[in-house]
Amino acid sequence: MPEASPPDFHDIEVRGVSRRYGRRRALVRANLTCRAGEVVGLFGPNGAGKSTLLGIVSTLMRPSEGEVRYGGRPAAEWGEGLRARIGVLGHDLYLYGDLTARENLEFFGRLYAVPKLGERVEASLAEARLADRAHDRVGSFSRGLRQRLALARALLHEPRLVLLDEPFTGLDDESVELLSDRLRALAHSGAIVVMATHDFESADGLVDRPVCLRDGHVRVLGAGPGRIRERYRAALAEAWT
Amino acid sequence: MQRVVVPALLVVAAVMFMWAPYRIDAAPYESTMGLVQKIFYFHVPSAMTAMLSAFVCGFASVFYLWRRNPKADHVALAAAELVVVFGLIVLVTGPLWARKAWGVWWQWEARLTITLVMWMIFVAYLLLRRFGGPGSEVMAAAVGIFGMALVPFVYWSVNVWRTLHPTTDVARTLPPEMAGPFWWSVFAFLVFYAGLLLVRVRLERARAALDDAYVLLEE
Amino acid sequence: MAALRAAWLVTQKDLRVELRSRELVYTTLFFAVACVLVFAFAFGSPEEDTAAGVLWVAVMFSGTVALGRTFERERQGETLRALLLSPVERGAVYLGKLLALVALMSGVQLVLVPVVALLFHAPLGRAPALLAALLVAGTLGFAAVGTLFSAMLSRARSRDILLPMLLYPMTVPVVIAGVEGTVALFAREPNLAMAETWLAMLVFFDAVFLTLALWTFGAVMEE
Repeated sequence: MPEASPPDFHDIEVRGVSRRYGRRRALVRANLTCRAGEVVGLFGPNGAGKSTLLGIVSTLMRPSEGEVRYGGRPAAEWGEGLRARIGVLGHDLYLYGDLTARENLEFFGRLYAVPKLGERVEASLAEARLADRAHDRVGSFSRGLRQRLALARALLHEPRLVLLDEPFTGLDDESVELLSDRLRALAHSGAIVVMATHDFESADGLVDRPVCLRDGHVRVLGAGPGRIRERYRAALAEAWT
Repeated sequence: MQRVVVPALLVVAAVMFMWAPYRIDAAPYESTMGLVQKIFYFHVPSAMTAMLSAFVCGFASVFYLWRRNPKADHVALAAAELVVVFGLIVLVTGPLWARKAWGVWWQWEARLTITLVMWMIFVAYLLLRRFGGPGSEVMAAAVGIFGMALVPFVYWSVNVWRTLHPTTDVARTLPPEMAGPFWWSVFAFLVFYAGLLLVRVRLERARAALDDAYVLLEE
Repeated sequence: MAALRAAWLVTQKDLRVELRSRELVYTTLFFAVACVLVFAFAFGSPEEDTAAGVLWVAVMFSGTVALGRTFERERQGETLRALLLSPVERGAVYLGKLLALVALMSGVQLVLVPVVALLFHAPLGRAPALLAALLVAGTLGFAAVGTLFSAMLSRARSRDILLPMLLYPMTVPVVIAGVEGTVALFAREPNLAMAETWLAMLVFFDAVFLTLALWTFGAVMEE
């Protein structure tokens, strides 16, 4: 657990990252830059490499080729302190079903050495509208509630880089609003938000820079007019080099 | 260079193995066990080779685990297979000798048991690589390292607990008429091992190149 | 040290989760006792060494079950990934899970040992401290290897069959030393010095493999 707060980074650079398993290529020479204040959306069919890319950026996986730079420095140079600046909302939510909502947050908060933990946990629970369920076992929560708690967990330590894998799955309208507002606010405050999703509607007002993935290839669509779904379909219809 | 080295090694090994029986035959009988003892000239070098291969696998695994260099992985796999092969020779010649020398096919004592265990660990290594799915090379590397760490236990066990099994001092105290054929045999096995290792590594490298070609094709 | 504190956090969490559901304690204990009963029926007339052997086999089998379940639980929310994503040293995560497993197995042994002693007429009172030391050292060795293998196999296919396949050969030295030491303890003419020698070997094994596991855990868990 870090003693002092490590310096922040303002961008991440994915440079020529490839990832293969034997004969299967999950990612092919991916290049991508994400800056602070941006919400980057990763779109693509299942198996296109979105989760793999997120996995590599989160430092869970090692690329077969290439590297990721955080503020110009590779992960090895940062050491453990890098992970203190990254928050991940995984597809499987990363919550302990046998512990209560509060206990989950307290456990991870301690691991991340979150200062003034008690206050932060209460504030987090309030923001996620889970204050009344704080004492309940997470196993008894619905998917939507668990998603809200998982997001609270991911953001508890105020990360600089926020990675989300399918965050809108199973959320009702109200929760989608809540989440979008939260992510927008995060980006405004200087975080880098990278999100993989299928939900074009929710992504439309939120994503600044859509990125398309297909068969491990990455194509940045960039800012531009038109709804993301149309631009995505158009991109998929083209032949990629 | 490879095209010369590997055949050279195998030819040298073949010649040495062809000559070995003559040398072994010329060696004197050991006092208590008679003719049967001569299996020792193949049994012990096999054991030495198996343990050497375990170390090769272990070191290659260390290299692979931290650097993820595919060449290291090829060496680790080849070495693991050879531990299983030479270990099998040890485990077959051992009981053959034991039956005649001590009257039992097998004894559950330190040296035999731990050799069997080491052999099983490397069989498990191969099964893991075969059935573990993607990413099993990394996991197998951990197994290879642990397997290597077990080898010293194999070596020292017989010195710490004196049992039926001859101790490791035997090699050093051999009379010259026995030492000659013994070290000849050891050298033959090592040369053979080196040749086999290089061949297997080359095969593995070719397989990896084929995978690369498939991948390039799809791009 | 920060890493030790983090390890302790993980252990506490594991123990708290376990106390909530008590699933592992009950099932592991039941499994261990069932094992012993099967052996009691299998060995019609127990010989002198049977008690020691049965005890250690039951410890190993039930330990494997506990290991499998512990990591299966982590797979449910992919929480092992969450632990690896946190800024703590990888070794601390390993240590935390290791200590929790040792605590669980020791708890089970508190019941298991008297049961074995009862069914197989083993003299428990003869040198209880030495017996306890053998069990702790053996459990530690088993758990040291097991925690590493089980964690790394979380991602693998066929993990249910691969875990015992890897674990049993690797922990044979633990079983040998444990059984031989216990036999020396339980024998009609007990040889406590011999038991102590085996204990020393167990401790040595523990030191070597614990160090190895701590060293390799981080690298192995990186996909």
